[in-house]
Amino acid sequence: MIVFIARRLVISFFVLLAATFIIFVLTALSGDPLEDLRQDNSPNKDLKIADRVDRMQLDVPIPIRYLGWLGRLVRGELGVNRDGQDVAPLLGHALSATLQLVLVATVMAIIVGIVIGIVSSLRQYSGFDYSVTFAAFICFSLPIFWIAVMLKQYMAIEFNNWLKDPGIPPTVIGVLALLGGLIFGALTAGDRRRRLIAFAVGAAITGALFTLLSVTHWFADPGFGLPLIVAISAAAAVGFTVLSAGLRQRGPLYAALGATLVGALASQVLGPLLANPTWLEILGFALVTVAICVGLGYGLGGIQRRQAITASVLTGLFTGALIFVDRMLQAFNSYSQAVRGRPISTIGARTPNFVGDFWQTNLDSAGHLLLPSMALILVSLATYTRYSRASMLEVMNQDYVRTARAKGLPERSVVVKHAFRNGLIPVTTLMAFDFAGVIGGAVVTENVFGWQGMGNLFIKGLKEVDPAPVMAFFIVTGTAIVVFNMIADILYAYLDPRIRLS
Amino acid sequence: MTLNAQASVPDTASDSQGMAIVARTQGQMVRRRFFRHRAALAGMILFGFVIILAFSSIGFAGIPGWWGKNYLDTGALTNQGRPTLSLIPEFLGGTGLHLGEHPFGQDDIGIDYFALTMRGAQQSITIAFVVGIVATFFGTIVGAVAGYFRGRLEAVLMRLTDVMITIPVLIIAAVVGRMMGDSGALVLGLFLGLVTWPTLSRLVRGEFLSLREKEFVEAARAIGTPPRRIIFRHILPNTIGVIIVSATLGIASAVLLESALSFLGLGIKPPDTSLGQLISEYRSAMVVRPWLFWWPGMFIIVIALSINFIGDGLRDAFDPRQTRVRA
Repeated sequence: MIVFIARRLVISFFVLLAATFIIFVLTALSGDPLEDLRQDNSPNKDLKIADRVDRMQLDVPIPIRYLGWLGRLVRGELGVNRDGQDVAPLLGHALSATLQLVLVATVMAIIVGIVIGIVSSLRQYSGFDYSVTFAAFICFSLPIFWIAVMLKQYMAIEFNNWLKDPGIPPTVIGVLALLGGLIFGALTAGDRRRRLIAFAVGAAITGALFTLLSVTHWFADPGFGLPLIVAISAAAAVGFTVLSAGLRQRGPLYAALGATLVGALASQVLGPLLANPTWLEILGFALVTVAICVGLGYGLGGIQRRQAITASVLTGLFTGALIFVDRMLQAFNSYSQAVRGRPISTIGARTPNFVGDFWQTNLDSAGHLLLPSMALILVSLATYTRYSRASMLEVMNQDYVRTARAKGLPERSVVVKHAFRNGLIPVTTLMAFDFAGVIGGAVVTENVFGWQGMGNLFIKGLKEVDPAPVMAFFIVTGTAIVVFNMIADILYAYLDPRIRLS
Repeated sequence: MTLNAQASVPDTASDSQGMAIVARTQGQMVRRRFFRHRAALAGMILFGFVIILAFSSIGFAGIPGWWGKNYLDTGALTNQGRPTLSLIPEFLGGTGLHLGEHPFGQDDIGIDYFALTMRGAQQSITIAFVVGIVATFFGTIVGAVAGYFRGRLEAVLMRLTDVMITIPVLIIAAVVGRMMGDSGALVLGLFLGLVTWPTLSRLVRGEFLSLREKEFVEAARAIGTPPRRIIFRHILPNTIGVIIVSATLGIASAVLLESALSFLGLGIKPPDTSLGQLISEYRSAMVVRPWLFWWPGMFIIVIALSINFIGDGLRDAFDPRQTRVRA
């Protein structure tokens, strides 16, 4: 394994090196770096030109310039842009914003995409499957900048206007209920009668939920409250147990419900600690949660100890996330007032000069991240859905799945244990491939939402025929892509024992 | 196989019972499966319609079209440039079905927006096809040579592919667009094709790697067939499905790539136009004059969607394994 990683690292290093050369040369050749100065009418025009020629070494052949850049990079310098600014601090500001955006979008797209893909493959040729397939095709064909502009208009500007008086008109509730019913109905297998019942139940639940939200003006001052947290978390506990262990043995279920209980207690007891925590403390809480849940699973799991640990750890982390979101939502009202009632932002990565506690600052970045990452997710979500659907379908049709069914295993074990892991294998290769696409998408989204991120650095540098910022952009993104590729390869080997890395 | 062999001898007994088996070539089977794929067929008709509309309406390459206005002439703004297209019939309270003077409206200097959109569609389609053809050509050649000859040549070619794949498509395309955006759609498409071939070359190489070990290739080699002939006559026809499908999907993504570049100001430059550039120019007009934003967007989606459907239909036609799966 180590030999494999080392070899991959060496190869990746040379690949990356060659790629930097290509980008450097193409950028330097892409236009006239003195274009703006040639049209300049100021008396010291010649001086300015000579200055820039000297700074950008325009009198030196391009390959030599590349070597100079490489030499500085080895010493840890990223060079200066054409105005003489050091690129490193510019990159530093841009980096965190973009990485946040790209990582959030990728992780969300992977999780949601795989779940939708698997569900749609298990319900092949159902209404849900057809809708998902059609939606995926639409998403494939959507220009990301178009979607981004649309989101900006409808999800931000109009949503913020609506938040001033967040009541939902009855017709909208009707439509939402209809949609909820359709989703429920399409997800249910069985004859028409069962599907109709599912449709009615789904529509009723959705309609009641949104009526309640509308009447209580929930959106003006959102939050879950303890009863709702316990209810959702208990439902999640049952769900995770069903997925990981099934309900035949009671042990795992008790462990998972125990995690729910501990989480609920903790949210009340730890209240003061959560008033204004740091990220480090949050991480500490997460670790403690995992430790407690492992203990719960170990103690209560009985014969299915491993599955019980999985179920209770997942439940614990989920409950923790729920409490986290609840805290953030509680800060919503005060935050919304602080930004004059426009919580969903359309410009930049954070509100300039905004000072607030932990929850408010997080809410601030979440409000800024929401739309750009939605635009990014929509595009790669479709890819993940299609791939995981196709690969699940292929796996579910294999002989060993039939054997597993013939042995009398419950459908849950067949899907989760036998099919799921193998179905994921092709998706891992997609991960690396898609990441490059997300970075490209991030360049476009940043442009629409006015983020001062990496994409902006790249586009500005490219338009000015200035290799230094372009290369700084590429060094970061190229390395990220290479690392992602490697993670995908290692994951591949872990998931597929037939492939032994050598 | 056996069915085909039997069917080549007319069997009167089964004929009289109405059970005749018709022999079909591979091509006929593929075509049949394709035309049974409803979405693909709809996509093809739609795409054909868009092509004819875009190229015949305002004319192309000096040949005049049937639409009286062109995408460069400015004019007086009528009714603030609102679209005159009406699709609501009179009995529903509309003004009846008619195109009017400017069906898609006018932009802010009075250019007919229908003509502009059609010009944009022309550019997008041209670029997409050139990219598709160039990328398919290079991808196939590189993949075939690497997969067939193996050895050092393969190592070199595949490392080159690795290098190209490390660079996000949009990034290298943006650099190329910055270089070639001024030189028109054909040149831009050509150079975009030169940087988007690696995905296909990997696919083709994979196919070649497995096919070159097959008996029929060995047989061909044993009787002394030269490599070029083996590659083009024996192996390549077996990979044609993969290539066509990938080329089609490549064209669809080229449409999106070109529009994204033009949106960033790195593609087609004014006074010429493309769909992405139109959206970029009027993105702030979304609230007051939404048609300037909607029409080019709709055309991008329709073009990309219909090509994607065609690609999906082709995939099912060439490789029907997936569609037959019934859980």
